[in-house]
Amino acid sequence: MIRLTINGKTHNVDVDPNTPLLWAIREQVGLTGTKYGCGIAQCGACTVHIDGSPIRSCAIPAGAAAGRKITTIEGLASGGKLHKVQKAWIDHEVPQCGYCQAGMIMAAAALLQAKPRPSDADIDAAMTNICRCGTFQEVRKAIHAAAKA
Amino acid sequence: MNLNPKISRRSFIIGSAAVGSGLALGLRLPPFGPAVVRAADGSPEIGAWVVIRPDDTVVVRVVRSEMGQGTITGLAQLVAEELECNWSKIVIEYPTPGESVKRKRVWGDFSTGGSRGIRTSHDYVRKGGAAARMMLVQAAANQWGVPVSECSAANSVITHGPSKRRITYGKVAEAAARLEVPKDVKLKDPKAWKVIGKPMKRLDTANKVTGKQVYGFDLKLPGMLNAAIKECPVFGGKVKSFDAARVASLGGVKKVLQVGDTAVAVVAETWWQAKTALDQLPVVWDEGPNAKVSSASIAEQLKAGLDAEQAFVGNKEGDAKAALAAAAKKVEAVYAYPYQNHACMEPMNATARYTPDKCEVWVPTQDGEASFAAVLAASGLPADKCEVYKINLGGGFGRRGAFQDYVTQAVRIAKEMPGTPVKLLWSREEDMVQGRYHPVMQCKLVGGFDAGNNLTGLHMRLSGQSILAAVRPAIVEQQKGRDPLVFQGVADAGEHSIGYAFPSLLVDHAMRNPHVPPGFWRGVNINQNAVFIECFMDELAEAAGQDPVEFRRKFMAKYPRNLAALNAVAERIGWSKPAPAGMFRGVAQMKAFNSFVAAACEISVKDGNKVKVHRIVAATDCGYAVNPAQIERQVSGSFVYGLSALFMQECTVKDGAVEQKNFDTYQSMRIAQMPKVETIILQGGGDTWGGIGEPTICVAAPAVLNAFYKATGKRIRTVPLKNHGIELV
Ligand code: FES
Ligand code: FES
Repeated sequence: MIRLTINGKTHNVDVDPNTPLLWAIREQVGLTGTKYGCGIAQCGACTVHIDGSPIRSCAIPAGAAAGRKITTIEGLASGGKLHKVQKAWIDHEVPQCGYCQAGMIMAAAALLQAKPRPSDADIDAAMTNICRCGTFQEVRKAIHAAAKA
Repeated sequence: MNLNPKISRRSFIIGSAAVGSGLALGLRLPPFGPAVVRAADGSPEIGAWVVIRPDDTVVVRVVRSEMGQGTITGLAQLVAEELECNWSKIVIEYPTPGESVKRKRVWGDFSTGGSRGIRTSHDYVRKGGAAARMMLVQAAANQWGVPVSECSAANSVITHGPSKRRITYGKVAEAAARLEVPKDVKLKDPKAWKVIGKPMKRLDTANKVTGKQVYGFDLKLPGMLNAAIKECPVFGGKVKSFDAARVASLGGVKKVLQVGDTAVAVVAETWWQAKTALDQLPVVWDEGPNAKVSSASIAEQLKAGLDAEQAFVGNKEGDAKAALAAAAKKVEAVYAYPYQNHACMEPMNATARYTPDKCEVWVPTQDGEASFAAVLAASGLPADKCEVYKINLGGGFGRRGAFQDYVTQAVRIAKEMPGTPVKLLWSREEDMVQGRYHPVMQCKLVGGFDAGNNLTGLHMRLSGQSILAAVRPAIVEQQKGRDPLVFQGVADAGEHSIGYAFPSLLVDHAMRNPHVPPGFWRGVNINQNAVFIECFMDELAEAAGQDPVEFRRKFMAKYPRNLAALNAVAERIGWSKPAPAGMFRGVAQMKAFNSFVAAACEISVKDGNKVKVHRIVAATDCGYAVNPAQIERQVSGSFVYGLSALFMQECTVKDGAVEQKNFDTYQSMRIAQMPKVETIILQGGGDTWGGIGEPTICVAAPAVLNAFYKATGKRIRTVPLKNHGIELV
């Protein structure tokens, strides 16, 4: 049994502590907004925040996240209000299939937390997520827009 | 989105064999079915395409699949234009393939590939919208006792002109549903369009930014178990034996089983448990006859075709061979294109529940009917006992249409556990090694010039794999062994015809089919054909001592729409003026999926091998542009797919199996590598509309290769560029 604090709620999860956090979030806690794309920390689809930092949840054991503050895409909006990144994503119609976008949005939100006015180079360095639909042009625009919001 | 509308039952019980073959043959049943039907909530259907709820909600039926390309929004625009409804009241509903069978395919073809979503259904969906509007207006006129000619509709409100009486669609829907669906439906003149051609916001964005959108991977059903699968990695191989006892007692494991002849699966409480057990399951494969095949042996097989006697002719103009024999000067080059995986962001998956009375499947699919046919075949049940619920796709790109292997697997597993829903998820590794790959192709091009340095003939010999021979053998048989699809972009006629009139031309194909299963990969055969012909056009231009754009124009007088696209990008990039310092330019053009596309790019190259693509100007003439904002996104997105393929992607074969297993060895572009893309939309009109999802993908690669030559003096003729030590930065 491990204790996972996700989006402000504590879950006692009966799982092998070596299970990747991604799968504990999806299968034990039941939050499926965080996606599986590769399982080897390449694609970023599984990005969540742990204590505010963007982490690829497929590459960290659930046990190692116990007791830390985890935020998933479902917990990004607060008090019924979308996060400014989510809003910018809607305004700029970023998603195509949308499958990579939870990870993309979590990475962008963490970037803006660290660098409220990111340059293009900051975006290039922080946003290493794969998007097979190819939404990068809109991602960049939306991050700049969110920074100004 | 309501994925499962219940529509009043009709009595079309068709045996599985009949339906299976009907689907396989693309049988066209009557376009319009019975008249009065109700949706799940009791709201009346106004013709097959539209349901109006009492609160004025407009439900538009869409059978093409949304996989990110924006098709549901575009199709809704087409219906809304003629329906004259309030756009903010539109919701989309996917009818199921089972309902379609019962209603004699009233909604037409489900297949979502070949960039056909809009271009091949615009006519009947607009007519569906128009028919519904006519019925609603007629119902209002009847209610008021006035001539229908005095009534008009706008924004979901019907107005009687003389009396200024008004009534909303929701109020007359019941009466309208009782009217005959009109057969004689006149469509608006495109000049009068108000919704088509506008950048309407996508209808499906909100849930994609909150994590609420449910993809196949995310489906939850009561009592559901999860399955992981491994198919013999050597194509054509089989399971010899496996030691189920070794993993049967691992945590959560419920069942260890063979699936068909070729795969083993573990079913467990969670997918992670299933996958963990599967990784530990000892399996012995009978690798079959292909266990020695390698990329090198495949390349040899294709190389032999470059000079083979026998080849299928795809395009012949004059006597190119004679022209080449008589040429004063010849230019020759050999190009090659590799296997590539679709690598949809969401790996393949399907969820099935089987009982002897019903087999239901939930699947992200590009073709609900193909999924349905797979369910019938794998379950052995008749059509009225099968159903497919389409669920959101995390990408498709051609992998989820003609091929329903994951559906077959899911049904076979569920059949072993009757009553229990089983969700089958492929790992990324499974997805990588069980692809339906972009086929391999080599190409030898020979151009001949006379003493005055005029091009007299061109021979383009393709040697490589036919998709249709593997996937639609009936078509190839009909054509006496020829695959007409390999000539996409260089064909003599049709939606993929060549845009040049050369003094003489021969395009032919020596078919060489290795054992690796090929598939339709976004753009299909235009990807390699554009590299071959458009890079070689630059080689010919150089041999002729001419500017590449000028050289092309000479042969394009008969192809004004190709020329217009080329001119548009040349002008926007500033071709007539020198490129900025350190920048190098390239162009390419092609007709594909009935659209005329061109690209011009600006690149810089550092240290001879680090390529930065700064800018790509892309033009597309798709005839009519339904949603320009989504077209822009498809164009820039297609370049991400196409440039990833050009620079980074190859599936190599060793001992009969694909070597690349994940995104570490099969890379994909990141945002830092993204060029600035400027899209020019041309609207040439005409009777046949062009596609959007695929065409532009093919022009980025040759434009960049041509620019790379200008920058470095090196002609790169084999893809991907990583094999030449060249990277995209
Ligand atoms: S699933 Fe974690 S990085 Fe791809
Ligand atoms: S939106 Fe489809 S993978 Fe990014």
